[in-house]
Amino acid sequence: MSMKGIRIEGLKKRYGSGDTAVDALKHVNMHVEAGEIVGLIGPSGSGKSTLLKCLGAVIEPTAGKMVLGSDIIYDNGWRVRDLRALRRDRIGFVFQAPYLIPFLDVTDNVALLPMLAGVSNAESRKRAMELLRELNVDHRAHAMPSKLSGGEQQRVAIARGLVNRPPVILADEPTAPLNSDRALTVIRLLNDMAQKFETAIIVVTHDEKIIPTFKRIYHIRDGVTYEEKGEGRSPTEMAT
Amino acid sequence: MISLAGRDIIHSWGKFVFTGFGLGLLIGITLSMAGIYRGMVDDARVLLDNSGADLWVVQKNTIGPYAEPSSLYDDTWREIRGMPGVKQVANITYLTMQVAKDGSDVRAMVAGISPGTPGTPGWPPLLVAGRHITRSHYEAVADVATGFKLGDVVRIRRNHYTVVGLTRRMVSSNGDPMIFIPLKDAQEAQFLKDNDAIRQQRRRTAANPAFNRPAVPGLLEAAVATQSVNPFVNAVLVQVASGHNPLTTATSIRRWKNLTVYTRAQMEEILVGKLIATSARQIFMFLVILSIVSSAIVAFIIYTLTQGKIREIAVLKLIGTKNRTIIALIMQQSMALGAIGFVVGKISATLFMAPIFPKYVLLLPLDSVIGFIAVMIICILASIISIRAALKVDPAEAIGG
Repeated sequence: MSMKGIRIEGLKKRYGSGDTAVDALKHVNMHVEAGEIVGLIGPSGSGKSTLLKCLGAVIEPTAGKMVLGSDIIYDNGWRVRDLRALRRDRIGFVFQAPYLIPFLDVTDNVALLPMLAGVSNAESRKRAMELLRELNVDHRAHAMPSKLSGGEQQRVAIARGLVNRPPVILADEPTAPLNSDRALTVIRLLNDMAQKFETAIIVVTHDEKIIPTFKRIYHIRDGVTYEEKGEGRSPTEMAT
Repeated sequence: MISLAGRDIIHSWGKFVFTGFGLGLLIGITLSMAGIYRGMVDDARVLLDNSGADLWVVQKNTIGPYAEPSSLYDDTWREIRGMPGVKQVANITYLTMQVAKDGSDVRAMVAGISPGTPGTPGWPPLLVAGRHITRSHYEAVADVATGFKLGDVVRIRRNHYTVVGLTRRMVSSNGDPMIFIPLKDAQEAQFLKDNDAIRQQRRRTAANPAFNRPAVPGLLEAAVATQSVNPFVNAVLVQVASGHNPLTTATSIRRWKNLTVYTRAQMEEILVGKLIATSARQIFMFLVILSIVSSAIVAFIIYTLTQGKIREIAVLKLIGTKNRTIIALIMQQSMALGAIGFVVGKISATLFMAPIFPKYVLLLPLDSVIGFIAVMIICILASIISIRAALKVDPAEAIGG
């Protein structure tokens, strides 16, 4: 195990107590290396969203351990004081819908995160432009989100997830609203970005067309994860 | 850090401007209400200032002549003139009535002024056109707010008066424009009965054996004669000689003449504290109601705008935005809405509402400053509900599931 990426050991999450208690996560083990992209697959109610919320430091697990890079962030209790700062600086999010801020243009949607972290406006916008260029949407840098196509919006959302160079990105069904070509393009971009920025990416998905692209897949069922080897096919080849 | 509130306002400028415009009209009405109160107080002060008096001598134990009826014999002024410190005295009558001209009429306060020269207490201090009254009967000086012009002939009771002069801002404490006529005419107008009533009174007097005594010739005629004249005025206006204290002079008049005397400050207290007190309370209540309505509207609008951004707020919280940034977003929008509303309100009150309002509306700069501060405080308070709602938004909503 390298010093980068994310590692989860024996993670549990129980909602409620007593007779009405529900164990949404019973035993979750995962590890994702830096530069790796893995799929997380499971039926509705299997605990995917709960796991994503725990990994995203949005809800507190009941027990277990989470290690981000070389830092233990959870060990039967949070080990970091400022969860907002943790989310802002060390976890990137890409959602099913892009959820761009409608009153900010493309550049500022991406630059907002470093600005929130205290980086100057000029430096934040410079970082944003670099990423937009990488993701080939720099020509829409000053457009408002409502003027972008679905694919462009999702690329901007990926740029926003990457802009603070987080060690881990949590992608919640990022290709759900896209057709096959666009879905494979998004996965290719995520692959490229994972390798370029040494980011560990966990993609929660139901999308049959992108599942063959993962080298490793975690299945989750009734709150328990099972690791499986994936096909690892190239999204570019699949698209052609 | 960029201003999220500013960007949202620029992005949805139409929504903010139109909402601010509606709020502004409400604020404009609120400012106008405050202006109406100020105008009423100013009207009262103008009435006192323009009377040229330092003391008002009225019927004992009354608060006349403006707030209560007051009757004094019209020769009382002779006794007062001889008091120490008195420079000038003049009788005055006030009668609020409809003054007719060419089939229409105007609500006005008719003041009967003593013969004299400009500067005599009760006389209008300044004319904007024409001349003062120079004849003993049937001439009038009117305020321009009556709509009368020089040379117009107006009817007061049974008599016709020619307008020979025009004044400006000569109004009663109710804001009615004033018309000045000779004292004798005003005394007659004040108690003038119709011909049937006069004949009936003469008949009753003649039927009264106390007045109709064959052994006392002339008694009946004398009794009837006293009934056909009005020897009363409402007040005596007194100017105090320089170097004399009006309070001392007032005390002397009270002690020696058994009359009630008010100084300028006391009369202002009567006008503002008693005469327009009910109106002031009504206006204050309107101000309170309008402020509550404005608060409710701002709170509702900001709450609606915030509810429309719940998903964005969830995303902002998920990506690590601090609570104070979200609070600033909502509060700044609320204050911006208030600022837009205030500018629209101030402009509409100054340019559109005040000029067309039938009463004098006095918009003081200090009231505008207080109004602006009040609007900002209301907007801050109104945003609290939305801020609480925003802070309760769970960042997990952005993830779904």
